[in-house]
Amino acid sequence: MAWRIGRKKKKDMPTGIWSKCSECGSTIYNKELVASSMVCPNCGFHHTVGGRQRIEMTVDPGSFIEHFTDLRPEDRLNFVDKVSYAEKLEKAQAKTGNSDACIAGVAKIQEHEVVLSILDFAFMGGSMGEVVGEKIARAIELAEEKKCPVIIFSASGGARMHEGAISLMQLAKTCAALNRFKEKGGFSISVMTNPTTGGVTASFASACDILIGEPGALIGFAGPRVIQNTIRQELPEGFQRAEFLLEKGQLDLIVPREEMREKLSTLLDYSAHGNRVRA
Amino acid sequence: MASQKKKKSAETSNILPFEKPLEEVRSRLEELEALAGKTSQDLGEELEFYRDRLNRLTKEVYSDITPWNRVQVARHPDRPLVSDFIDHCCENWVELHGDGSFADDRAIVTGLATLGTQRVLLVGHRKGRDTKGRMACNFGSAHPEGYRKALQKMRLAEHMGLPIVCLINTPGAYPGVAAEERGQARAIAENIRDMFALKVPVVAVILGEGGSGGALGIAVADRVGMMENSWYSVISPEGCASILWHSADGREKAAEALQLTSEPLLRLGIVDKAITEPSGGAHRDPEGALEELKEQILFWLDELLALPPEQLLEERHLKFRNMTRSISVLETAMNPAQTGHEEPLPDPFSASERRAASLEPTQEPDSEA
Repeated sequence: MAWRIGRKKKKDMPTGIWSKCSECGSTIYNKELVASSMVCPNCGFHHTVGGRQRIEMTVDPGSFIEHFTDLRPEDRLNFVDKVSYAEKLEKAQAKTGNSDACIAGVAKIQEHEVVLSILDFAFMGGSMGEVVGEKIARAIELAEEKKCPVIIFSASGGARMHEGAISLMQLAKTCAALNRFKEKGGFSISVMTNPTTGGVTASFASACDILIGEPGALIGFAGPRVIQNTIRQELPEGFQRAEFLLEKGQLDLIVPREEMREKLSTLLDYSAHGNRVRA
Repeated sequence: MASQKKKKSAETSNILPFEKPLEEVRSRLEELEALAGKTSQDLGEELEFYRDRLNRLTKEVYSDITPWNRVQVARHPDRPLVSDFIDHCCENWVELHGDGSFADDRAIVTGLATLGTQRVLLVGHRKGRDTKGRMACNFGSAHPEGYRKALQKMRLAEHMGLPIVCLINTPGAYPGVAAEERGQARAIAENIRDMFALKVPVVAVILGEGGSGGALGIAVADRVGMMENSWYSVISPEGCASILWHSADGREKAAEALQLTSEPLLRLGIVDKAITEPSGGAHRDPEGALEELKEQILFWLDELLALPPEQLLEERHLKFRNMTRSISVLETAMNPAQTGHEEPLPDPFSASERRAASLEPTQEPDSEA
């Protein structure tokens, strides 16, 4: 069962009692890892967080009201590789309890009303098909209607291949909504977490007003393996990590997970109250 | 004679495997034609026979070619390129270089052009005809500065009141270290977003390959067409196959599964029209294909130039906002009462239980890997 061991190494989330950090290799007690918001207590690597846990650690307790739960994905191209896309969807739904990879709704962050949209990596790698694109667009439109900011957390391998050109068109759909939102004076924040790549990075995640990365997050257009295959050279140290992107001028800021709520709240203050601090 | 031989071998090397039966009849016809020129014998009947046979066979072969065959045609070395469109269809061409801050990416060409009597800004992926040219253009795969150049020139067109014509022909945006360093994803994202704000008509046509975000980065338009034998999808068949099948014949299966040809894309409303190519593909008659393309672009521009800018922007927004919506998604859109809950949902789990729930999935083997 060698493949199982190989697979386990890739896991971001802990199983059983102990986990091994994929970055530093140290063994961590799972309860400790969860309590530290999936940040490795040894090396500080920010491991991928499930969608629901992300909501819980970001918003004021009990303030999240989920929207658009009636959207269901369909296998419109009858896409079959080893198993059919329809079957994959069922498995992912059973696994996560969500209909697709996006969770969206209204919430409060330190009393600021926001629309929150989160890509859950556990659902087919957080990939974007029709329903994810539709939910992101509707979340942006809901923020427009409520005249409040929108915050989008991404963790995604990119567009969902199984929906072919339909998934490609979600890049346009989400950007159409963001363009309209921007023109009406809306304020948008994108938080890119480990990993955010492909069509998600190349659309709404990079098209918001403020771009935030989590420490150490892999963020890019092409995956490192694809690039390696193209150039056939070693990739530079720290390539496509959030710190690398910041250095290259591609991110506005990096915010550690434990400071995220506070920092988002400060940014929301700036957008809500204009240029003067009230006495 | 030697040069003729050389020419012939170069031509035959450009023959696609599925076109081989056609090629036999074609070479027979060419021999006959050559003979007819030299001899006084009347070969009219034979010539007619072979011409007719070639026509019928071409129709037959092309009537049931596979999606993978279409990808091959889309990449045919003799297929007309953006540079051919400029040479053949554009007058008073003025190329405008550079993104204004970093470099001039040769993989995307931008410039002022006159189509018939219509002045436009032309934006297109440049692939190059020979090996040297192809290398210089990275085989049509642009870097971020290419997308930024395109956007900068499109804003210039808006300022000058010129409509925009985008011709797409790329296997995808360039996947390399420098491209990532300079923000490939961000450049494409900003193009896609900001093309929705351009107050002049935009027409886009997939000329050969429409590979993923690299194509869409200049394809947000009021009318989107594709040449009959082009492909447009979220990933190339090779890319898809390498992820899903890990095998050599995977790309054929992938081309099928992705539904990347004009018929399904028309059905889904992703493209407005498939532009007919001459019998046997655009590589058989590049000028005929370009003429047809030019006519279609001019027809669309006429339609669009009649619209006030507000209507143009609204329709472009709605076109992509509502594109490819499935029936179930449409139903929920028409019944907004179903979306959202009036009250916050009661919290059925304690915080720790929910954490456990979010971790639980990983205890099963991953179906993806």
